[in-house]
Amino acid sequence: MKLTLVDWLIMLLYFVFVLGIGFALKRYMKTSKDFFQAGRALPAWICGLAFISANLGAQEVIGMGASGAKYGLETAHFYGIGAIPAMIFVGIFMMPFYYGSKARSVPEFLRLRFDEKTRALNACSFAVMTVFSSGISMYAMARLIQALHIFDGLFMALGWPPQGIFTFSIVLSAVIVLLYIFLGGLTSAIYNEVLQFFLIIAGFLPLVLLGLKNIGGWGGLKASLPVAYMHEWKGVMHANTNPMGIEIIGLGMGLGFVLGSGYWCTDFLVIQTAMASKDMESARRVPLIAAVPKMFFPFLVILPGLLAIGLPTPHTTTVVRNEAGVIYHDTTIVSKEVEEGRGLVPAKINPVTGKPMLDASGKPLLDYDMATPNMLLHFFPTGILGLGLTALMASFMSGMAGNVTAFNTVFTYDLYQSYIHKGASDRHYMAVGRWATVGGILFSIATAFAAINFNNIMDTLQLVFSFVNAPLFATFLLGMFWKRATGHGAFAGLIAGTTGAMLHHGLTLPIEAHTGIHGGWITVLHNYPSDMAQNFWGAIFAFSINFIVTVVVSLFTKPHPESELVGLVHSLTPKPSHAHLKWWKRPEALAVAILLVAVALNIFFA
Amino acid sequence: MHGSGIPIWFFIGVLLTVYGVMIFGYGIVEAVTGNYPPLVQLTNLHTPIWWGGILGLIGLFYIVKFRPKSSSK
Repeated sequence: MKLTLVDWLIMLLYFVFVLGIGFALKRYMKTSKDFFQAGRALPAWICGLAFISANLGAQEVIGMGASGAKYGLETAHFYGIGAIPAMIFVGIFMMPFYYGSKARSVPEFLRLRFDEKTRALNACSFAVMTVFSSGISMYAMARLIQALHIFDGLFMALGWPPQGIFTFSIVLSAVIVLLYIFLGGLTSAIYNEVLQFFLIIAGFLPLVLLGLKNIGGWGGLKASLPVAYMHEWKGVMHANTNPMGIEIIGLGMGLGFVLGSGYWCTDFLVIQTAMASKDMESARRVPLIAAVPKMFFPFLVILPGLLAIGLPTPHTTTVVRNEAGVIYHDTTIVSKEVEEGRGLVPAKINPVTGKPMLDASGKPLLDYDMATPNMLLHFFPTGILGLGLTALMASFMSGMAGNVTAFNTVFTYDLYQSYIHKGASDRHYMAVGRWATVGGILFSIATAFAAINFNNIMDTLQLVFSFVNAPLFATFLLGMFWKRATGHGAFAGLIAGTTGAMLHHGLTLPIEAHTGIHGGWITVLHNYPSDMAQNFWGAIFAFSINFIVTVVVSLFTKPHPESELVGLVHSLTPKPSHAHLKWWKRPEALAVAILLVAVALNIFFA
Repeated sequence: MHGSGIPIWFFIGVLLTVYGVMIFGYGIVEAVTGNYPPLVQLTNLHTPIWWGGILGLIGLFYIVKFRPKSSSK
């Protein structure tokens, strides 16, 4: 890949804008509320776009394209039943408690609703997970930059050794993210997430249009793929009749209820953008506003994967032509991994033998993560290629920034102010927040470098996150909607849910996987058709165990007096009044409209 | 923008306009010289020209709609 001056200028301009926003906001960061909560003064539209963009990190943009190539349109369930209902639920039912309680973070809400130990448990696990997530984003971005040879030309021109590209990519992204968060705090992160939203659309929409044009439109795409790839719901009654290998209960309960709600309703990474809104009405609208573009994002991030697998596989070709009696041979050389792959998705080649790697059933392993990046290289000429790469890098950095701002807030408010140094001045906590940003970035860099040396560190971390995240939704659901739930119950439920998730993983294994990181490390009691099915059912087990243990322990322990639960529990909290708003301006009306469109999209692509 | 009086939408408009102009301009150069990058498909559709133009127009719309108002004393 050869980048021209225009491509470089486009990337450079993005970095200038990102840093410019940070510098412009620095003088408005006067209190810790400005720095950590964006002054709770932002309009719903800005927070709404940031809400969706905070989730548009590396895993989303590259991962959804990869899943699209691997599983087809069924991947859209992550949106249709995973995200949209959960975003509606958090906007309509949960935001009044998050925003109305005046909690500055999700762990702080847990302290108000339950007790100090539940908060400490959540704050510690969340803080560790955010810096590791940020490190994974950094590592993935540096690997992608290496794979696409983005900086190769620059390094050659400067006479630097190409081995330094990985370190250079990590340091560059770390410095940029550090500077703009250090200067402008959460506001800076939110504004950059809004910028990133526009870049993703500008960078990916022409990719989808060109891909569809090349393959012969929607009809051509359908003709080039197996039937099951082009349906969301076909064959979901049984695990063996759909590409994802998951049946309807695992899908609806595991993805739709536990994992989707667990992420969108409890993860402070996204909730913090809604809590930065100027008032309760805006805070409730934030997830609903975000749900509108979210419904259509499968067309931008999943479709490139489907197109990549559906297009013809390139092969080395030689064209002979005769010009004025002179015979020319034009040879287009395609690398071995591309020729051995499927469509534009390359095969994984063993670096030692130079042969394609095979799975347990002898089929070639495909490098699905390269589906979307290869589409960019296949269709984008100069200028737009720079824009596409900028959109990719923006998504990686935005993912990092969201994690780092969530980390600095939770570290400062929930750990430092609560357990290390109480009663200091506001200026002191703001300084701690800034230095926590530096610390978070340094830990992220360390994680990214650790990922080089430990092959399975990314998979291991994702697995640990799933153990911690899966049961969380039960805690919040019971906390907000059952006044009898107690702090002891919540704490015991969280520990039991996480332990249950670990045991489930240790006792089950997907078919065709080897024991170890994929499961079965205690003994194999059950085989799942796919790793996705194992994930979804693991989440269902973790949620159920947490729910049952929380209820049982709560019934045997003393609850908070009802007077202390006003504003924290649904039945004890006055409902927000929207009498002053016309019916179609009320959050509930918007929620119903979104739900109807989501159902229509599901029926259309069923 | 956060009390400065300059909305973030204005900055987005500026960025999109500059990107649009750059991509459109380079698309024109490519079309005139016929010098397309090798291995890239569908260059005959001149994507940089129409997509650069669309980005530029959307950017201009945002600049005009969200331009900072001059403060009256």
